Amino acid sequence: MPAKNGAEIVAEAINNGTLPTPYNTKGVAGRSLELVVVDESTGTAKQVTEFRALAERREVDAVVGYLVAGSCLAVAPVADELKMLTFFSTCSTPRIFEENDFKYVYRTSAHLTPDGVTAARYLLKRMPNVKTIAGLNWNMAYGQDAWRDFRMSVQALKPDVEAINEQFTTFGGGQYGAEISALLTKRPTVLHTAFAGGDFEAFVVQMTARGLHQNIQMVMTAGAGSMFRLLDKLPDGAIIEDRGPYSVFARPTPLGNWFRTTYEQRHGITPPYTAYHMGQAVLAFKIAADKASKGGAKPAPEEIGRALEQLKFDAFGTTVHMSRSRGHQAVTESAIGVYKFDKAKNAPTVVDVTYYPADCVNPPDGMKGEAWIKGGFKGARCD
Amino acid sequence: MATLAFIVADGIIYASWLLIVAVGMTLVYGVMRVLNVAHGSLYALGAYTAATMVGAWFQRGYAPLGSLALLLAAALVVGLVMGLILELGLLRFLHGRDEVVVVLATYATFLILEDVIQLIWGVEARPAPQPYSLLGTTSVGPLLLNNYDLALIALALLIGGLSWWGLTRTISGKLLLAVIFDREMAEACGINVRRVFLVTFLIGSVLGALGGASTAPMISVSRGLGVDVIVLAFAVVVVGGLGSIPGALLGATVIGLSRAAAVHLLPQAEVFAIYLIMTLVLIVRPYGLLGHERLRKV
Repeated sequence: MPAKNGAEIVAEAINNGTLPTPYNTKGVAGRSLELVVVDESTGTAKQVTEFRALAERREVDAVVGYLVAGSCLAVAPVADELKMLTFFSTCSTPRIFEENDFKYVYRTSAHLTPDGVTAARYLLKRMPNVKTIAGLNWNMAYGQDAWRDFRMSVQALKPDVEAINEQFTTFGGGQYGAEISALLTKRPTVLHTAFAGGDFEAFVVQMTARGLHQNIQMVMTAGAGSMFRLLDKLPDGAIIEDRGPYSVFARPTPLGNWFRTTYEQRHGITPPYTAYHMGQAVLAFKIAADKASKGGAKPAPEEIGRALEQLKFDAFGTTVHMSRSRGHQAVTESAIGVYKFDKAKNAPTVVDVTYYPADCVNPPDGMKGEAWIKGGFKGARCD
Repeated sequence: MATLAFIVADGIIYASWLLIVAVGMTLVYGVMRVLNVAHGSLYALGAYTAATMVGAWFQRGYAPLGSLALLLAAALVVGLVMGLILELGLLRFLHGRDEVVVVLATYATFLILEDVIQLIWGVEARPAPQPYSLLGTTSVGPLLLNNYDLALIALALLIGGLSWWGLTRTISGKLLLAVIFDREMAEACGINVRRVFLVTFLIGSVLGALGGASTAPMISVSRGLGVDVIVLAFAVVVVGGLGSIPGALLGATVIGLSRAAAVHLLPQAEVFAIYLIMTLVLIVRPYGLLGHERLRKV
């Protein structure tokens, strides 16, 4: 739902010409934008059917969206088969472009690898004497990749760190008593989790009740989205990310402020990263189509795609650079901080926020994340 | 030694939760031969209603301990209202039909209710964690346990005990057993089978909703809750034996301990430990640990 909300806000502003400069021209390549919304919560097979229906029956000009990695992996080959211009907004897995070469598919947000690299760099800067790390993640591509990237990054930066107690649970499991007991027994210095949403909140409620956070440093790479619901139930001192420089981490640029304020006024909550991801995917479509349009003519999908490749553009609170995988994969800077609940204002905050340049936490073009981390982050530029 | 203690404690806590969730489902199947897939929706509705009521309770600054009674109230309201709607509006018309038809009908109901839940509560997660930390913690040697979890064990034992006592030590229970044993003969002897069905389904529905309501403070109530739980409840009743309440207790215990052992000793096996146990039990005893082979009437 936040992704749909993000798309609606940006599409509406595009049609009205009310986006902040430099994007305040009306429409996409001079044409009004009409949204056709499809629910993604219905399984991979259904997504492929829906995608075909959008392309063949509804004859849309572009498909924008997808949160779940499985949806993206299933839809991408179909997009190429149908020559349908497709902008993935989130779907975290790096495998989409690391293991494939799609012509009509673009992803306008960074993939998962920078989350783990960022968390490792930040953790070791704050706690250089870390001895052991543990992980509690979903037993699916997202959870396994997130833990792998974090574990390998920590061990690449500090080889004597030992990974103990690697837990992988069912998505939607909700009961973490045994996992918490196992962690209380093993007592790692650090616990990494890329849980998000309901599972993240269930874990936090259950582990704080048993004091797990009192002796273990928490690293929560997708936890920031829940801070406005958990408030003081989320323990102070947890290292926290939001899948990129979004939400509380978004830079206070005119575009960033506009998006956050508009979303908050309309929906009463701070937009989560999924809303930002979707907003910047719709924005990328407008920018590329405007650039590809010649004399008001409607550009072909291939022309829009080419216009997007290697493009660097200001989005909502960050800058997006389509500089990886032949210009099909975006990178952005990353952001991380420490959670602190402000009792006086009854509001969640993040302190000690650090931003890492895109080239510091993303593998160079043409290199797989796993190999890059294993090789000691060759070519990383962190200054 | 500490690990073994943790396995037993975690296993029993998880088993208690499983029993609360599954006992209503197995009761309804035992009496009515209805494998109620919509039991997952009753669980989800109980959880959402409890989370909403608890949220409002704390927002108004009422006495925190009262929120525990609110969980029971939410289960009663949801169970009775939804139980009446489902029994009188759907299942009454399916009595005597093939069990597969009933499964399909309750599955369709489950899908409809999933959308109804989304229409009422939206897609955002709803945490209501306050009651979970109200009862404090207990240290037993190396174990630090949440007293809410211990209260769940007591609740599960109470439900299991009451079910057993009600079925075997009361006249109503014996009438119910007569219906389970032979519905047509019971009807011929003057037992009002329809009323027995209604009461049984209401009890099963309240238990399903109670599972959700008692779980709400431990989780963040979010969409898809019913889907996850119906699979687990099904595993418990299949392992224990469809329709057997002692079987549900045994099934929940076996699954709870197996899962806890996997988490502590072989974390990679956690995801499939439950289904491995289910498969092994079905290979050795296709009717479950305490289930009985049913003779087909010709």
